[in-house]
Amino acid sequence: MKRLRKMSFGVFVVAIFALIAIFGPWLAPFSPSEIDLTNEYVRPSESHWLGTTDNGVDILSVILHGARLAGLVGITVVAISLVLGTLAGMAAAYRGGKLDHAITGFADLMQPFPSVMLNVAMLALVAKPGVLHLVLALLPSGWVIYARIARAQTLTLREREYVQAGRALGMSDRRIILRHIFPNLASPLAIQATSHLGGAILAESTLSFLGLGPGRAASWGALLDQGSAVLLRFPHVALIAGGTIAITVLGFNLAGDWLRDRLDPRSRNSR
Amino acid sequence: MSAGLSRYIATRLGRALLTVIGVITLVFILVRVSPGDPVDAILGDQASAEERAAKRTQLHLDQALPMQFLHFLGDVGDGSLGRSYTRPDESVSSLIGEVLPSTLLLGLFAILVAWAIAIPLGSIAAVKRGSFWDGTARGFALFGIAVPAIWLGPLLVLFFGVKLKWLPLPGDEDVGIEGLILPALTVGAALAAILMRQTRAAMMEVLSEQYVLAARARGVAGWKVVLVHALRNAMLPVMTVGAAQLAGVFSGAVIAEKVFERQGLGTLFLDAYFARDIPVVQGAVLVVAITYVLVNLVVELIYGVVDPRVRVA
Repeated sequence: MKRLRKMSFGVFVVAIFALIAIFGPWLAPFSPSEIDLTNEYVRPSESHWLGTTDNGVDILSVILHGARLAGLVGITVVAISLVLGTLAGMAAAYRGGKLDHAITGFADLMQPFPSVMLNVAMLALVAKPGVLHLVLALLPSGWVIYARIARAQTLTLREREYVQAGRALGMSDRRIILRHIFPNLASPLAIQATSHLGGAILAESTLSFLGLGPGRAASWGALLDQGSAVLLRFPHVALIAGGTIAITVLGFNLAGDWLRDRLDPRSRNSR
Repeated sequence: MSAGLSRYIATRLGRALLTVIGVITLVFILVRVSPGDPVDAILGDQASAEERAAKRTQLHLDQALPMQFLHFLGDVGDGSLGRSYTRPDESVSSLIGEVLPSTLLLGLFAILVAWAIAIPLGSIAAVKRGSFWDGTARGFALFGIAVPAIWLGPLLVLFFGVKLKWLPLPGDEDVGIEGLILPALTVGAALAAILMRQTRAAMMEVLSEQYVLAARARGVAGWKVVLVHALRNAMLPVMTVGAAQLAGVFSGAVIAEKVFERQGLGTLFLDAYFARDIPVVQGAVLVVAITYVLVNLVVELIYGVVDPRVRVA
């Protein structure tokens, strides 16, 4: 029963988020840049369901548009990190030797850097960061975890009998990796990717909150930044923006847990 | 000192030195692959070609990358970390030195808060598995991970500053130590959540060890078994995780210093970013990364002295 509840919440949030990211901009009652100075910072009401922010911009519309940016950055960062990290990790474990040292050494080198500072430093020379810049800035810290998972799994899988047997039968490395190693990597990677989506969405929000986001109008983090500036007088802006970010991140984390319970039966008892 | 121990120390020192060299190189590369031109960033697009060329020469940007790297190494080597673009008469290290104590104080406070929450809660959760406390601990872990610092900060201000009026608001003057509580909670909550999970897992493992069972069988009091026999041994892996969290502390400090309008390394770093003051940006990242390497080295060395088993591995 408890598991069912967790499932419904995490998966529910992810589903709603996906719908909003796809259809949000069409559902939005206003444009996220529509200025209405007579209605600045109004509380949630019938005409503005979630109230308004700076310059009378409708908060619901910013949230609906912002989901697309968050989703776009999240999916791109996770997809590229997943592919690069997995390839690097598998190559390191399968080839071993110098390549392994180089890849693990590089991954270890990322550890001392605070992610927020690393992301900002990557954008140090960019005058006006766009979506692509944001994605680029999130990649150096993104790929590492996939490389670690893929490497650790490949190391044990490589010694399994069926892989040894395949090799003895003269299968090519490519075939062994694609048919026998990669399928066994898929579930831990999928679990990681699900919660990483939440993490990447949070990273986008954080960068936008710090003022590095693209197009300040339609980002959750930028909305939270505006809300923090007027926190003491109009708390609803920060509460709604931050709540949206927190629920989304929680949703993706719970969906990742749910996926782990589904895909890895061992984890059910241990937690 | 045994041969094993001195070899252990030598390997760790060597590895830390290599990491520092790697970190310096990486910072240099990362800032250079960033798309954009520092001269554009400093002078804007109105500058004449001569001005741009002069600036380029002044910043050594007309030289080949290896030469630029040598200049960078020189700046790191003499401890100045270069000169600020926006305040050319100040070295980067003196700018960082001015604000670093405030950030270190915040960081220490945050770590203290995190440990003060995580260790007791994690231990109780492990001893009384499935109890009310275990549930509380899990709920707290979920909360700490899901509620991001960028939101937790404003929430804490609204609750403790505005509603209860217990603690000062961002921007209040002369706040003293009370002004540190909310920023430290903002940074520490996420750290506490992860540490708590780690403590719970480590305690559960230790509690099922033979020596703990043996202690119980000998009739040692329950609390004494937990505190003396179990917790002490469970602390080693927890310490490692705690040291690895240092990077998170600095990430959190950037956010908390912005939310609470505190002067510190985070605000210096962000202001430098917006002013395109590249030497300060890279200097701040470098100082933080090297601090991380050094603290982790110390933890590893302590670990090696306390627990002989790790020297072999």
